Amino acid sequence: MAESVVGAHADEAPDQDRRDFIHIAAMAAAVGGVAAVAWPLIDQMNPSADTLALSSIEYDVDKVPLGQQVVLLYRKQPLFVRHRTPQEIAEAVAGDHADLRDPATDASRVKPGKAEWLVLIGVCTHLGCTPGFDGGNLAPGHYGGWLCPCHGSVYDTSGRIRRGPAPLNLAVPDYVFETDTKIKVG
Amino acid sequence: MSGHSTYEPKTAVERWIDTRLPIIRFGVDLMDFPTPKNLNYWWTFGGILAFCLVTQIVTGVILAMHFDPSGTGAFSSLQGIMRNVDYGWLIRYIHTTGASMFFVAVYIHIFRGIYYGSYKAPRELLWLIGAAIYLVMMATAFFGYVLPWGNMSFWGAKVITSIVGAVPVIGPSITTWLVGGFTVDAPTLNRFFSLHYLFPFIIAALVGLHIWALHVPGNSNPLGVDVKSKSDTVPFHPYYTVKDGFAIALFMILFAVFVFYMPNALLDTDNNIPANPLQTPAHIVPEWYLLPYYAILRAIPDKLSGVIALAGAIACIFALPFLDTSRVRSMRYRPQAKLYFFIFVVDCLVLGFCGAHEPNEQVIPGLTTFNLLDSDLNTYVWLSRIAAAYYFVYFLVITPILGLRETPLPVPESISSPVLSHPAAPPAGATASPEKKG
Ligand code: HEM
Ligand code: FES
Repeated sequence: MAESVVGAHADEAPDQDRRDFIHIAAMAAAVGGVAAVAWPLIDQMNPSADTLALSSIEYDVDKVPLGQQVVLLYRKQPLFVRHRTPQEIAEAVAGDHADLRDPATDASRVKPGKAEWLVLIGVCTHLGCTPGFDGGNLAPGHYGGWLCPCHGSVYDTSGRIRRGPAPLNLAVPDYVFETDTKIKVG
Repeated sequence: MSGHSTYEPKTAVERWIDTRLPIIRFGVDLMDFPTPKNLNYWWTFGGILAFCLVTQIVTGVILAMHFDPSGTGAFSSLQGIMRNVDYGWLIRYIHTTGASMFFVAVYIHIFRGIYYGSYKAPRELLWLIGAAIYLVMMATAFFGYVLPWGNMSFWGAKVITSIVGAVPVIGPSITTWLVGGFTVDAPTLNRFFSLHYLFPFIIAALVGLHIWALHVPGNSNPLGVDVKSKSDTVPFHPYYTVKDGFAIALFMILFAVFVFYMPNALLDTDNNIPANPLQTPAHIVPEWYLLPYYAILRAIPDKLSGVIALAGAIACIFALPFLDTSRVRSMRYRPQAKLYFFIFVVDCLVLGFCGAHEPNEQVIPGLTTFNLLDSDLNTYVWLSRIAAAYYFVYFLVITPILGLRETPLPVPESISSPVLSHPAAPPAGATASPEKKG
């Protein structure tokens, strides 16, 4: 056996397992460290506390005349409060049995006994435009509700998607009737 | 950079610098770069693009000195730039026009690449870097378009950020993360300004890589044959500095016509109305340079599939070097490919045209044909469907199959030979023999 200096095992193969362990441990520490630093840098872009704190709103629905709607600003988004006519309600109920893309009955979209009040988030579920009221248009391809100007999604008098690219019905926000005519949204 | 250097430091100072940081050598070699002698004017758009990038950065940095990126201040600070800042109107109009001119140039540059097969081996990475630049350019322009905080800015931002929301499950959280709220609002504007400032410098870095990748194999050329000898090339300076300079001068004339005579032609009137989160503009359209993609998005009546088609359309550009099977670079020698290419160019214009119209609008006014699936056949939605279909067929079917099946015309042996062997002027002792030309 050749003479060797202490610590210099020139003729010995390096212990591969120990080297692998060191490589893997170092890589794991580096990846973990990078991830730990990256997360705050990424997460800071989420809505800040003051944005999240946007509170609920109250509204006296009595102010909306029959057959009209108001558009309120709720969490920086348009909120439709529509006072539906008996004809609109009838059409909406009739639509319960149609072939719906996002099935929901009209009754499930209003509060019990308050079918004349339809409260919707006015954000098209396609790409976020605000649909305009279609003026009760019932021509073929129209359902008397809303029409989105952006890519032509058509919603019925219950705010359900009937035609066009949007996948879902207009969302009904969380709200309660605090009194007979006052709603609290959010 | 490839090739040997011809630089000889002449003074002691130059020698001193050269042994420490060979930056003068770098510049000299760049100017001396052997360039094919037969480049035509379609090759000047690279230089034009560099001019555009510098223009955007210079005018943009100046605008940022006067711009207030806050939800309440952005719109009025732009009015201030237009009315109160000395020459503010000029600088802003150069910046807004410059964005469009940039895209004019990049589209011509890309079509040039497709026609002359510039993406083929060994230039695939060069092409991929170029495609990445184009992608970052679109993002930059989108962020910039949001900054004036007019009503079209606002709703454009809303629609584009919602596109991300189509991703199943995590999509809506990504949109919230991107816009920093329940919906697009002041925090969105603020971060988009930060990114709009950053991205052009990322583009500049990518341009550096692009030119590095270009200087490894060198330029391709209209014949698509490789450079065989020194007689096929000329030094970049003065030959192409002058040619590019001339083209840039012409380009600046077009640029100036827009800046001084119709600065609002490419802007949207709805953007003179401050952002209103309750009122979507009646006719919402992106800037002209994004219209073809917008048409593809709307051609499909399903949110997720529409977004996949949109992403796929851009992915096709990236994939092109790996889809093309033809071994002939230039379409000058591929008569069939040439035909499909010109249809493709028209197809892209048709898509852009469709993107500017309402889906349900009639293409031929007053003519009602028959209803196919969800719409009448004579509507822009069907025209965009047909055009979108050709777009994908061109990349995914025609390009791979044609390369295997077509019979290309005979390709010249070298760049010099077709000139020298021209029948009208047979030069004495020409190196190339005409029999071999077929
Ligand atoms: C890649 C290059 C760039 C492109 C394609 C681009 C594009 C755009 C576009 C389309 C607009 C909207 C113009 C309008 O409708 O008014 C804009 C605005 C703006 N850009 Fe850029 N930009 C670029 C580079 C830069 C740079 C480098 C800066 C500054 C660091 C900058 C700063 C601004 C500012 C402050 C605005 C708002 C003022 C305005 O709207 O005129 N841009 N940009
Ligand atoms: S955003 Fe309403 S249809 Fe596209």
